[in-house]
Amino acid sequence: MQRHVLSVLVDNEPGVLSRVAGLFSGRGFNIHSLNVAPTLEEGVSHMTITTFGEGAILEQIMKQLHKIVSVIKVMDFSDCQAVEREMMIVKVQAEGPMRGEILRTVEIFRCKVIDVSHNEMTIEATGNHEKLEAITSLLQRFGIKELAQTGSVAMRRSKKQTD
Amino acid sequence: MKCTGAQILLESLKREGVDVLFGYPGAQVIDIYDELPKHPEIRHILVRHEQGGVHAADGYARATGKVGVCLVTSGPGATNTVTGIATAYCDSIPLVVLTGQVPTKLIGNDAFQEVDIVGITRPCTKHNFLVKDINKLALTIRQAFYLARSGRPGPVLVDLPRDIMLTRAEFVWPEDVSMRSYNPTYKPNLNQLRRVVEEIGKSQRPLFLTGGGVITSDAAESLTNLARTLQIPVTSTLMGLGAFPATDPLWLGMGGMHGTYASNLAINNADLLICAGTRFADRITGKISAFAKKARIIHIDIDPTSIRKNVEVEIPVVGDCKLSLQGIMDICAKKFPSRNWGEDHAAWLDTVSGWKKSHPIAYHKGDNIKPQQVVEALLKITAGDAIITTEVGQHQMWTAQFFLFTKPRTLLTSGGLGAMGYGFPAAIGAQIAFPEKTVITIAGDGSLQMNIQELTTAVANKLPVKVVILNNRYLGMVRQWQELFFDHNYSSSGMDAQPDFVKVAEAYGAEGYRVEKTENLLPTLQHALSTPNPAFIDVVVEREENVYPMVPSGAALDEMLLMQGK
Repeated sequence: MQRHVLSVLVDNEPGVLSRVAGLFSGRGFNIHSLNVAPTLEEGVSHMTITTFGEGAILEQIMKQLHKIVSVIKVMDFSDCQAVEREMMIVKVQAEGPMRGEILRTVEIFRCKVIDVSHNEMTIEATGNHEKLEAITSLLQRFGIKELAQTGSVAMRRSKKQTD
Repeated sequence: MKCTGAQILLESLKREGVDVLFGYPGAQVIDIYDELPKHPEIRHILVRHEQGGVHAADGYARATGKVGVCLVTSGPGATNTVTGIATAYCDSIPLVVLTGQVPTKLIGNDAFQEVDIVGITRPCTKHNFLVKDINKLALTIRQAFYLARSGRPGPVLVDLPRDIMLTRAEFVWPEDVSMRSYNPTYKPNLNQLRRVVEEIGKSQRPLFLTGGGVITSDAAESLTNLARTLQIPVTSTLMGLGAFPATDPLWLGMGGMHGTYASNLAINNADLLICAGTRFADRITGKISAFAKKARIIHIDIDPTSIRKNVEVEIPVVGDCKLSLQGIMDICAKKFPSRNWGEDHAAWLDTVSGWKKSHPIAYHKGDNIKPQQVVEALLKITAGDAIITTEVGQHQMWTAQFFLFTKPRTLLTSGGLGAMGYGFPAAIGAQIAFPEKTVITIAGDGSLQMNIQELTTAVANKLPVKVVILNNRYLGMVRQWQELFFDHNYSSSGMDAQPDFVKVAEAYGAEGYRVEKTENLLPTLQHALSTPNPAFIDVVVEREENVYPMVPSGAALDEMLLMQGK
């Protein structure tokens, strides 16, 4: 099943998250990740929802989202060029010789160490879905003690000049 | 001058043209009820259960096409409306349900009679509101009515905390009700309509399959004109009955699970299915993978989510049914000014009328009164000039099969949700709207008992609603399934313990009649229908009669069970 990133503009009113979440649960659609935050426009919030589904399911999800009265606009970013980022914070076991290797990995992926103790390091990583998966899998061998991850935020790429 | 929230609410209702309010008072709406007598333009009908109140508002809405309005208190008053709201939601009926709520500062504190009704009804309303600011009250009411009646209509709930009803503010009626996030598409795409006409031009075996949307958008006349002009046969869902006259030779009867042989065969043999205002529920399609395999499908609907939800279609048309059907008519007239459609479709019309003749809707008469016979008798007495409401079950299907509906808004029935207890209160709502019309509920002995308390409402308001009970002392449809698919295991479907409906009627101050013999059927019905009082007519019918044809759940439309032998 294909992964889709949906960008949804909503009226920022109480219960709007529940309307969207209830639509997914009530109709048996799946939410993989969800991010909600206000936009620059007062009273409007932006949701980025990642979901998995075949064409017909996705069509229904988009239409049903649009049908919610509090939803202003729905876009599917999977079929167009978009920039997409997730962020995660990972606390890994870091003792003795492992510390150097962890720091090298951090450097390669352009992550940041944001907290450190005598036996642990906490790393902040930003990137698209695939990059964060790669980082997680590399850090796994040091021993991940805790992991917190945001949903995706996405935005359409600017139009490129072609001539 | 500043007004209280209660005054603003009632003034807003008047501006929306509300003349009837179905309701039940309680603590959190007491201020609204205190204000209500000062507004004689709004007639309040005191129901006896909030579910009855919503169904009555729904019956009023279906019969008139206007928005039905219901007012109840918080907590249990609000939760009692949920079945009624879900009924209206499934059948796209415009309602505004006003619920009292505990004062805003108590919300979330588990106060007495507090429930999160906005949370509870979120999945079964078109939209709902909690009013937390007196300055937004008038706008919210305006938006609630706008949402309820526009686009694909539906129920809208407005939760009204008591303190808002007591606060004072200036009454400002908003001129503009437009909402940035809500813009239903009425006007169909012209190119899509041209494609539709092209398909019609090529088709040898076209068929109309229409639903409740045709009635909602007042498109019955457009449908009738179009079908007659193009000589295309018509079938419909339960919700669509009445949009096309059942007395017309092009009418095939209802399709689907208890649809006619002709309709279901026509659906599966047509080469073009022109569908309008139907959402392809499982009751009309049977097994989806075997549905209309030979047909290209045109689907007209105002709700884009209805399109390609259950059935793949070749030509989707998003728009109002009436505008779409009229558009098709106009393009057809231009493109085929002198085509003889009757001649072109003669072979197909012959085929379908052959199916109609070989397998008509029928039943075997016997010593006992057959339930179908009662529906036929009602048709005969009223000559079809009546508003019929039904409860849910076998009697509902017999009504759909044997009462020949010729006008829209004359059959009020819970189609999507299938809510027993709907029919009687809905009849009360319809009778309030049309005091002079004959309004009859065709009920089962099981269903009627779900909202039988509303007989008080009928008596108190002198409403001559007649309830004809097809009494077989069974939950007949459950029993039929148990007979056919569960080896006659009639588990909990027997209703031998039941009240004496004649005495019940009399105890409430209504009239009660019982019919046990065939020869008494017509005269008793005739007499009961002629009195100015509400009445129960308890007709003792054949106990184990089945509804045929029947497409078993999950089977294809052409795999129907037909009536057996003599």
